[in-house]
Amino acid sequence: MTRNVLVLAEHDGKQIAESTYELIGAARGLAAAMGGQAEVALLGPRDLAGQLGGADVVVSVEHQALAQYLPQACELALLAVLAQRSPRLVLMSSATPGLDLGAAISVHWQAPLAPNVAAIEVAGDTIVATAQILGGKILAELELPGERAVATVTGGAFPAAAGRGEGPPEVVEIAPPAGLDDLAMSLAAVSEPQGGDVDITTAELLVSVGRGIESQDNVELVQELGDVLGVPLSASRPVVDAGWLPKSRQVGKSGLKVKPKAYLAFGISGAPEHLEGMRDAELIIACNTDATAPIFDIAHYGTTVDLFDLVPALTEKLSQ
Amino acid sequence: MRIVVPIKAVPDLVEEIELTSDETDIDREFLKFVVSEWDAQALEEALLVKDACGAEVVAVGLASDPDIDQALYTAIAKGADAAVRLTGGAADSVLTSDRAALLAGYLATEPADLVITGVQASDDLDGQLPPMLAAYLRQPHVSVVVGVVATADGVTVRQEFAGGRVHELAVRLPAVVGIQAARQAPRYAPITRIRQAMQAGGVREVAAEPAPAGQAPAVRRMYRPEQTSHAQMLTGSADDVAEAIAGLLRDRGLVKG
Ligand SMILES: Cc1cc2nc3c(=O)[nH]c(=O)nc-3n(C[C@H](O)[C@H](O)[C@H](O)COP(=O)(O)OP(=O)(O)OC[C@H]3O[C@@H](n4cnc5c(N)ncnc54)[C@H](O)[C@@H]3O)c2cc1C
Ligand SMILES: Nc1ncnc2c1ncn2[C@@H]1O[C@H](COP(=O)(O)O)[C@@H](O)[C@H]1O
Repeated sequence: MTRNVLVLAEHDGKQIAESTYELIGAARGLAAAMGGQAEVALLGPRDLAGQLGGADVVVSVEHQALAQYLPQACELALLAVLAQRSPRLVLMSSATPGLDLGAAISVHWQAPLAPNVAAIEVAGDTIVATAQILGGKILAELELPGERAVATVTGGAFPAAAGRGEGPPEVVEIAPPAGLDDLAMSLAAVSEPQGGDVDITTAELLVSVGRGIESQDNVELVQELGDVLGVPLSASRPVVDAGWLPKSRQVGKSGLKVKPKAYLAFGISGAPEHLEGMRDAELIIACNTDATAPIFDIAHYGTTVDLFDLVPALTEKLSQ
Repeated sequence: MRIVVPIKAVPDLVEEIELTSDETDIDREFLKFVVSEWDAQALEEALLVKDACGAEVVAVGLASDPDIDQALYTAIAKGADAAVRLTGGAADSVLTSDRAALLAGYLATEPADLVITGVQASDDLDGQLPPMLAAYLRQPHVSVVVGVVATADGVTVRQEFAGGRVHELAVRLPAVVGIQAARQAPRYAPITRIRQAMQAGGVREVAAEPAPAGQAPAVRRMYRPEQTSHAQMLTGSADDVAEAIAGLLRDRGLVKG
């Protein structure tokens, strides 16, 4: 067993994801604390290694089944990498690859997993990870003792700058495991999200609505506020999943990242996946009847006044 | 096709969460529990597959989960063909690894062509159920899925990535799928139909032999996020708060007037 920290690189076949740089930054710090090095598992096109200068070593597995993310192919390839490199700790982003592979790797590689990690440190021989649970309402400090461990890390938990680096890293090639030629799944098509009627990423001000709005009819109420302000409505995921607003309005991990001058959140609890998309807004004002809602931990101003009272009052004030 | 939908009861996040006195767990005693929202999505997607091609849908809960019978009867009322309450092993454990091990034991005796369950649960401490269950079953899996369609030789699933990019995958069965969102909002079960299901008593109790569970981290402590950066709270009537917010926006030149 080594004292290395290995990051699973996330990519779309062309570009390394921002989250990978966040993880490489974290891996460098942790590896330094343990006396090991930061390695990146690059499953897919080897030429992407040029984007991974922040790593000490890039471990590359190339195969046509890995051209883009394919769960079974990536799992087999990552297990092959782990068998050869024996890291102390594996970091994955808690986006699709981490949610999809993390727990399976934990079983096959026989290592405990800490999910949705917001902070992680080395304490002697133990790795201690802080997981966000219950929609971000509670933090759980988890001990990962032993020889190996896996953590899936929340987006934005570490600065990406610390994971970027100049120049090509050392590349170690690993032969693709035989299983890649006989998979139970294949990639049939890739579709990019449809552009919407409006682009919420360029708006200076956003009025955003969450599940607290309760019904499609009630969305109209918030739309009136948006109209008075002349800004588009954005939303949390459940509002979009319910079909009350189009996907192009979704803010968060699986939606869009926004950075307006002000973000008004009505009936949004502030789950980590939502915060990932809007935490950099210059001014955040949150309305939520639950005083313990996590949105208040990142908002600049907050109120527990009922949105059904506040929104009409605000609309009236602003239309005067 | 037999589709098994494992469902979990989780704390209702609308409630205030208290910790136990040793601060290594949440205090479940006075909490209200609800079906995990992603499991509700998973059930909906399973029922959509059934509507389209006539699959058998079986909802499975762990006997130790609070109010699990209500959840199972609701599943039947929505259109599930059967429901199973599992006992055995560490059935009262909240760890995903123990739950997955028990479900794997059950599925070894009553196999499924397809397992569809929620992508995660809000109280996951040691990983998500779909990939872990698949690993115990040695089956392929796809998670963060937003649509499942049965085909001649398996299923086509739509797997979602950051920003809304979607991969369409052809998957041979058996397999495990983790649902992020169903193609439509979960259907509603009228209370009268839930009562009918309860009177008919369709939930079957099954004792399962758990598969050997994997490793889990140990909880050192639990705590609330630091309140240091907490929002400045605006109080008073709705009118007062509206005035304050309008002022904040005006100060930044974000509204006219
Ligand atoms: C892989 C993955 C990706 C995800 N991606 C995203 C994403 O991109 N974006 C996203 O938003 N979520 C995403 N989620 C979902 C996320 O985990 C949460 O479920 C979601 O953000 C919750 O949305 P919400 O805050 O609107 O709803 P809830 O958490 O249900 O919160 C509703 C809030 O409204 C408040 N409320 C109720 N009534 C009123 C009232 N009358 N007045 C004021 N307040 C009221 C309640 O107190 C509550 O806090 C993702 C999840 C996963 C697993
Ligand atoms: N993700 C996987 N999918 C299918 N087979 C696997 C997977 N991981 C491990 N195996 C196989 O299962 C057997 C035992 O693996 P393990 O229990 O991880 O030592 C070996 O033959 C592995 O190649």
